[in-house]
Amino acid sequence: MGGGSEADFMIHGVVKYTLFGQELWLTTTTVGMTIITIVLLILAFAANRTMKKATDVPGTFQNIIELGMEMLESMTTGILGKEARRFANYIGTIFLFILFCNLSGLAGLRTVTADFGVTFLLGLVTFAIVQYQGIKNHGVGHFTGLFKPLPVLFPINLIGEFANPISISLRLFANMLSGVIILGLWYGMLPIFAKIGIPAALHVYCDLFSGCIQTYVFCMLTMVYVNDKL
Amino acid sequence: MNISGQDFIYGCSAIGAGLAMIAGIGPGVGQGIAAGHGAAAVGRNPGAKSDITSTMLLGQAVAETTGLYGLVVAIILMFVKPFG
Repeated sequence: MGGGSEADFMIHGVVKYTLFGQELWLTTTTVGMTIITIVLLILAFAANRTMKKATDVPGTFQNIIELGMEMLESMTTGILGKEARRFANYIGTIFLFILFCNLSGLAGLRTVTADFGVTFLLGLVTFAIVQYQGIKNHGVGHFTGLFKPLPVLFPINLIGEFANPISISLRLFANMLSGVIILGLWYGMLPIFAKIGIPAALHVYCDLFSGCIQTYVFCMLTMVYVNDKL
Repeated sequence: MNISGQDFIYGCSAIGAGLAMIAGIGPGVGQGIAAGHGAAAVGRNPGAKSDITSTMLLGQAVAETTGLYGLVVAIILMFVKPFG
């Protein structure tokens, strides 16, 4: 960025490497994603160990796990109904991953989902699942359905299909990026007395509130798109 | 004062970014209407408060998308500098 200001909210390269003659970088996003993956793995192993020797009267950690599983089950059955069990794994995985990515701004990392490479990949995975379910459940009807009400509407239906991954990934990306930019400007450009206390409120809105809402919305929309093709 | 072609393009990009953020009006109005109807629904049926809140938040997040497209356009114009 230009302008000579000290505000810093860009993605930075950490390690440079060359692959097939292309200059590539491991960025702050990669570092954040690695840390989050390790944290999630540790949590998963701890949860597995706890649930293997589960007790009738649950302890604190077991209680939290059971609460989370019940929330996941009610969230998936609310939309997918009978098919909920098949998709609960995937929904739970992306819910935890996106939630931790959105909250990583609180831990001093650059918010991982404020990188379009991450969110667009999540959108593409959703797109692939939706198309696979459509072809599996409707066969050729999945493609002839694009001509359904009137053949003239084919281009609009096609754009509507391809707009889904772009719109859900841009929604998540833009929400988190706006928080990163607001906080970067606040920390970088204001005098020292403005940085005491006030950023806490901004963090609560931009990271906690916005992050949790967008995680919920991403998972809900994924389920709604999948439910359309069942 | 001499303004080079490059500076002129940057200035026009900044004006374009400002104009793109006019897109923020629509979602603001829409979210306000959604929140108002949500409040009315809770007043009519306080028992369904959690259902109403989650539906309202989902609808608001979807309605927000058009404004966020404007934001993305503005950010690309300001920081990616596609015309510079």
